Amino acid sequence: MAVDIVMPQMGESIFEGTITKWLKKPGDKVERDEPLFEISTDKVDAEIPSPSAGVLKEIKFGEGQTVPIQTVVGVIDTVGSSAGVAASAPATAPAKTEAPAKPASIASVPPPAPKPAVPAPVAAAAPVVQRPAASTGERIHSSPLVRRMAKEHGIDLATVAGTGAGGRISKQDIEAVIAGNGPSAVPAARPSAPLVMPPPSSPAGAPVPPGVSGGQARVALESAVPREKMYFGHYEVQPMSVMRQRIAEHMVASKRVSAHVYSVDEVDMTRVAALRAKSKEEFEKRYETKLTFMPFFVKAAVAGLRAYPTLNASLDGTNVVLHKEINIGIAVALDWGLIVPVVKGADEKNLLGIQRNLNDLADRARSKKLKPEEVQEGTFSITNPGVFGGLFGLPVISQPNVGILGLGAIEKRPVVVDDAIAIRSMCYVTLSYDHRVVDGAIAHQFLRKVKETLENWSEQVL
Amino acid sequence: MSSTNGSPVTFLEAIRQAMFEEMERDPAVVVLGEDVGVYGGAFKTSEGLLERFGWERVIDTPISESAIIGAACGMSYLGLRPICEMQFIDFIVCAFNQITNFVAKGHYLWDAPAPMVIRGPSGGGVHGGPFHSANPEMYFVHTPGLKVIYPSTPYDAKGLLKAAVRDNNPVLFFEHKFLYRRIKEELPRQDYTVPIGKAIVRREGRHLTILSYAAMMHTSLEAADALAKEGIEAEVIDLRTLLPLDEETILQSVKKTNKCLVVHEDTRTGGIAGEIAAILCEKAFSDLDGPVLRVTSLDTPVPYAPTLEEAFLPNAQKVFTAARELSRY
Repeated sequence: MAVDIVMPQMGESIFEGTITKWLKKPGDKVERDEPLFEISTDKVDAEIPSPSAGVLKEIKFGEGQTVPIQTVVGVIDTVGSSAGVAASAPATAPAKTEAPAKPASIASVPPPAPKPAVPAPVAAAAPVVQRPAASTGERIHSSPLVRRMAKEHGIDLATVAGTGAGGRISKQDIEAVIAGNGPSAVPAARPSAPLVMPPPSSPAGAPVPPGVSGGQARVALESAVPREKMYFGHYEVQPMSVMRQRIAEHMVASKRVSAHVYSVDEVDMTRVAALRAKSKEEFEKRYETKLTFMPFFVKAAVAGLRAYPTLNASLDGTNVVLHKEINIGIAVALDWGLIVPVVKGADEKNLLGIQRNLNDLADRARSKKLKPEEVQEGTFSITNPGVFGGLFGLPVISQPNVGILGLGAIEKRPVVVDDAIAIRSMCYVTLSYDHRVVDGAIAHQFLRKVKETLENWSEQVL
Repeated sequence: MSSTNGSPVTFLEAIRQAMFEEMERDPAVVVLGEDVGVYGGAFKTSEGLLERFGWERVIDTPISESAIIGAACGMSYLGLRPICEMQFIDFIVCAFNQITNFVAKGHYLWDAPAPMVIRGPSGGGVHGGPFHSANPEMYFVHTPGLKVIYPSTPYDAKGLLKAAVRDNNPVLFFEHKFLYRRIKEELPRQDYTVPIGKAIVRREGRHLTILSYAAMMHTSLEAADALAKEGIEAEVIDLRTLLPLDEETILQSVKKTNKCLVVHEDTRTGGIAGEIAAILCEKAFSDLDGPVLRVTSLDTPVPYAPTLEEAFLPNAQKVFTAARELSRY
């Protein structure tokens, strides 16, 4: 019996994913839940487990290809015949391969040929894409440069459609695949009219059609000056990873959509710092998890959001959507980028529950083991740039929230207490808020509430 | 008379100034050739030199290129720095034995360097016919021991000729006669040289690299302007020196654009485009996103009939077409 392997939905406003690596090849046995392929989306990079046990029969979309969610990307044969695979997959490149696509391994084209089943979101002008002549066992026409780029990025050229002369795969075609847009969406019907050369590192295709916008309207990464001006002297070109591109797009879109305003307040963390210092060791011994400052801030934010629910909302056109749950996204810095896992129901957890949740999410974020639902449905965010230094930050709102709390470094400073100078552990906190929904009065009162909660901390730690 | 008064000078005048200033600077510099003295040169490139420097340093020779080169070679062994003129560069081949067997090899064989310059009007497009339109550079690019220069602007002509005179190696200096009076440029008052062996990017671009030199450099820029109107940005590089070739500049550009078109007025077979294509295959194969194409003259003697000469030579339209085809590859 054939079981479909589908592209999962990794985030609430994510409609597509890019297959970055197949961990199995057709003919391999798989267990249920065994990691089958790796994907990259706006929110997470993740391993996707096999939906059932059996033999991987067919791979329909290869590494580097981007497909809409729910697309069938492969098939598992649960009856598990060992005769299985008729080399019907275009991407027979196993995960560890480094060689450029060997034409001989491509015996046939998957059923939906000759249309390479380029997903609709990417190809607004349904491209009359010319499949490389892989179907008849001929050489795949490209160029030395294209072959080198394919090798560097682990792309099987048999899965790339060519729009160059005679249907060869050109530099633009492979750059489009690398940028995560699937096969080049440049229409192959080239008029003899003027040729427009797309710059290499922006999506080489048409803009995303309205049907797939939601929060994901793909804003092309523009440059403000002619590109030639960047190339002078000595330089090295580093293509952006898919995650990096997605982060870039999200940031630009967030700034464009929300009316960002920033309010800063100062919190006396001395009480909390003392409490933490006192309880740290016992906490870790008893609960087997580290005690940081973050759960204190989360609980203070919860107090603020309970009092001022407008900050726990989203804006849909002219409707403000007030969320009943309080799900706080916490920004985690990764070696390769940035991700925001969500502490769900933060208002229903105590300090210990929040701390455990935070530590677990952060660990799994760093080891790429987050589940899709763990980066979805956040209603408010907290980020901690202060841990890297600097007084305070002015963060970008994580859409579709309307607020984000940025934490500065906790430092001892001289302050005035009862008309005398005292040394206290102080922390600047910034609220970036969307002025379309939230006004300054609410924002400042929210900050005041956060400050009061922290300065008068009463909840027990141990 | 030797420095500018700020107004633009022609390509030809820049060459004359270079010779004049070098002869003033260094008493070892002498000029010899047919009609260079009394007549001031067939193209007037040596006008005024005899009056200023006298007959011992400005020598009218018999009509024998072999004798001119041979004499100059001997002079250079003894400490002089001769500039030999070939009245039309086409006649340089009369001295082929002297140049290739003595001038080029003396240093290697006998530790006898020949610090001399051989210069002359080259190239076609002036209805000069097959004996007065040659581009013989590749005979000499193929000869180890020589340097070969072929500038395209007055600034470069003056600076490179001075550099050639000061170089201790034998240097062939080709002057494209089509450019003699057709291009003008303001030159610096002070002494300057242009380094031998360095190409220069005349126009930056990202879609393909056009390599060219001499008159075709201007043709390539004209084509590049037309290409830009279609959104194709060509990077145009003026080679300036053919031997030694500036591989570094070429490779850096091709690594960026991934496509290369070579344009030269020299005939196709054995022209420097073939050499460049081989170098790119050897050193930049994995950077090429298309074949190395070339636009050159046809493999025939230079025609005299204007219509035939036009068909024979490259022009901006031919360069445009080839470049556009390459950009769409």
